[in-house]
Amino acid sequence: MADIVLDQVTKRFPDGALAVDKISLDIADGEFVILVGPSGCGKSTTLNMIAGLEDITEGELRIGGQVVNNKSPKDRDIAMVFQSYALYPHMTVRENMGFALKLAKTPQATIDEKVNEAARILDLTQHLDRKPANLSGGQRQRVAMGRAIVRDPSAFLMDEPLSNLDAKLRVQTRTEVSRLQRRLGTTMVYVTHDQTEAMTLGDRVAVMRSGQLQQFATPKELYDRPDNLFVAGFMGSPAMNFLPGTVEEGHLRTPLGDLPISGQLRQELERAGAPRDLIVGIRPENFEDALLVSADARPNGITFRATVDVLESLGSDVYVHFAKELERGVDSAELRELAQDSGRANADGGDEIVARLDAETRVREGDDVELWADARSMHVFDPATGKNLALGANPDTPVEAAAPAADWPAAPSGPATSAGSPADSPDLPAQ
Amino acid sequence: MAAVTTTPRQKVSWGTANFVVVALALIPVLWMVSLSFKTPAAILDPSYLPKQWTWSNYSQILSTSQFIRPLVNSIGIGLISTLVAVVLASMAAYAVARLRFPGKGLLIGMALLIAVFPQIALITPMFSIERALGLFNTWAGLIIPYVAFGLPLGIYILSAFFREIPWELEKAAKMDGATPFQAFMKVIAPLAAPGMVTTAILVFLACWNDFLFAISFTSTTSSRTAPASIAYFSGSSQFTVPTGPIAAAAVVITIPIIIFVLFFQRRIVAGLTSGAVKG
Repeated sequence: MADIVLDQVTKRFPDGALAVDKISLDIADGEFVILVGPSGCGKSTTLNMIAGLEDITEGELRIGGQVVNNKSPKDRDIAMVFQSYALYPHMTVRENMGFALKLAKTPQATIDEKVNEAARILDLTQHLDRKPANLSGGQRQRVAMGRAIVRDPSAFLMDEPLSNLDAKLRVQTRTEVSRLQRRLGTTMVYVTHDQTEAMTLGDRVAVMRSGQLQQFATPKELYDRPDNLFVAGFMGSPAMNFLPGTVEEGHLRTPLGDLPISGQLRQELERAGAPRDLIVGIRPENFEDALLVSADARPNGITFRATVDVLESLGSDVYVHFAKELERGVDSAELRELAQDSGRANADGGDEIVARLDAETRVREGDDVELWADARSMHVFDPATGKNLALGANPDTPVEAAAPAADWPAAPSGPATSAGSPADSPDLPAQ
Repeated sequence: MAAVTTTPRQKVSWGTANFVVVALALIPVLWMVSLSFKTPAAILDPSYLPKQWTWSNYSQILSTSQFIRPLVNSIGIGLISTLVAVVLASMAAYAVARLRFPGKGLLIGMALLIAVFPQIALITPMFSIERALGLFNTWAGLIIPYVAFGLPLGIYILSAFFREIPWELEKAAKMDGATPFQAFMKVIAPLAAPGMVTTAILVFLACWNDFLFAISFTSTTSSRTAPASIAYFSGSSQFTVPTGPIAAAAVVITIPIIIFVLFFQRRIVAGLTSGAVKG
């Protein structure tokens, strides 16, 4: 049992490439911490530095209060599970799991006892005398975990341990990893590129991008109060929708409609010296079929019309994709990187919006429907720095959304019959 | 499928070609075996099979230290050279496969250079060196050049094997508390065992079959190897060629090779091709 502290840890490769840039993490004893980020963000390098497989260029790494920068892996008392499992092919499962103990010259009786105990926990007892080549992917994964468990180390390090499993097994094993960690109560650092794993497993999650720590917080905090565009876009599936927004005459003009800016948000924006052009983020679940929103909830958001492009029904929810004509695209380095990571060819393909609606909805593909977006859950980002400008205001009272539509003085779209105005109204861009 | 079916005509032509090649290779061997069983009087007899079978050629060579001692030398020098070459080649190949170090390209280039250099051109300088160092006519005098010429091949084969072993296994061993040496001995070396066996066989064959160094760097049976010793067989008189004993000795030194090759045939092919594809 030990805490792990990274203090301004930096990794620079001999060719000059900066893989990890002054990362500081304070991992408490018994905590389950996830390092997450797109490929090449430095998360595996960070893990390897904790393991001792990579040298630390600058900064200090402390495990259990001791500086271990120059200690070899075997003196750090940590176990690691590799993405490829790295089982020794020429040894049986029993020998694989007992290898570390054997190297430590543990008496054979103790080795047997510990290996049998770990095998029982991981349901591997009947496979102990088989070779890794004869095991299924899931079994191999469990052997790799077993090899770490038998040593009873002060911390576990896991490098994408589930990425070689098929989808169903991954979900199952994910639960097992979580249960195992609770049961052992050992500090665990877990690297993944899958935000779902990060959300479900971690006590706290460190989001990394190009070697820099973006935010280190609980999954809920990351989801509800992302520090910047990158975290907002990375966490959550489907991803947050980003729209251009412009501050105009006390309103935030978005393609979905105009939002009044609350006093608090205005203060935030002024303090940050925010530009007039902003990026507005809204999560899919903050949309709803306007017909399903009760009359007293409606004023909390804006209502707009859209044509359903694609409809995906998952039974419990319905995902609706629709397009909005944008006067200008949303453009930021962070969003481009996210798009690249998710394999979207078009980096600023932000004009498609995904909304998650209640399964009750009667919306069908091709329909022109009225949708409602919850203004209370919107995020406002500075396009230049990517900073979330609404952190002080969110999530409690982002806008004085209670203001009835008719009172919006800047809305020039004729008679305001309902809250907000359709973004494709010809009047809107005229201002 | 049409591409792989063979017409009867192709079968006949390929069969003929194969038969010719095998016959060309085997007839001298069979002729040698036949000669080794003939009596001295029947050596010039043009019949293919001995009319009168005799073991006298074999009993003659195996009863004198003229052949027994070189046979022992061959086995000893071959085994020691093989062992040293495999150990050194493993270490060098591991470094070549795993580490980045200055001069790596040069090292590989030099190794290749040794392998392609015509050995006959080196005999004279090496003879002088061995004389000066007192290595002439000693086991070491043969072992050192054998190791030197066996290493390039060994490094090439083994580095191909090491490259195929996932690096993560070594990291896992380190995490499990192994020192670099333990990681190599307990994890990497067992996995590269097929490559080591292949290297060992090829180096041993080269030592066993070598004639050039053996005849040049030895002067007495104390270190002369079997192939070289055959050249010093003498007949019953100055004017008789000891054809029978030579044939018998040739058969004796061929038998271990045949057994070796039959036994490890699959291994050698696997080792050579994996080296060819990956290296």
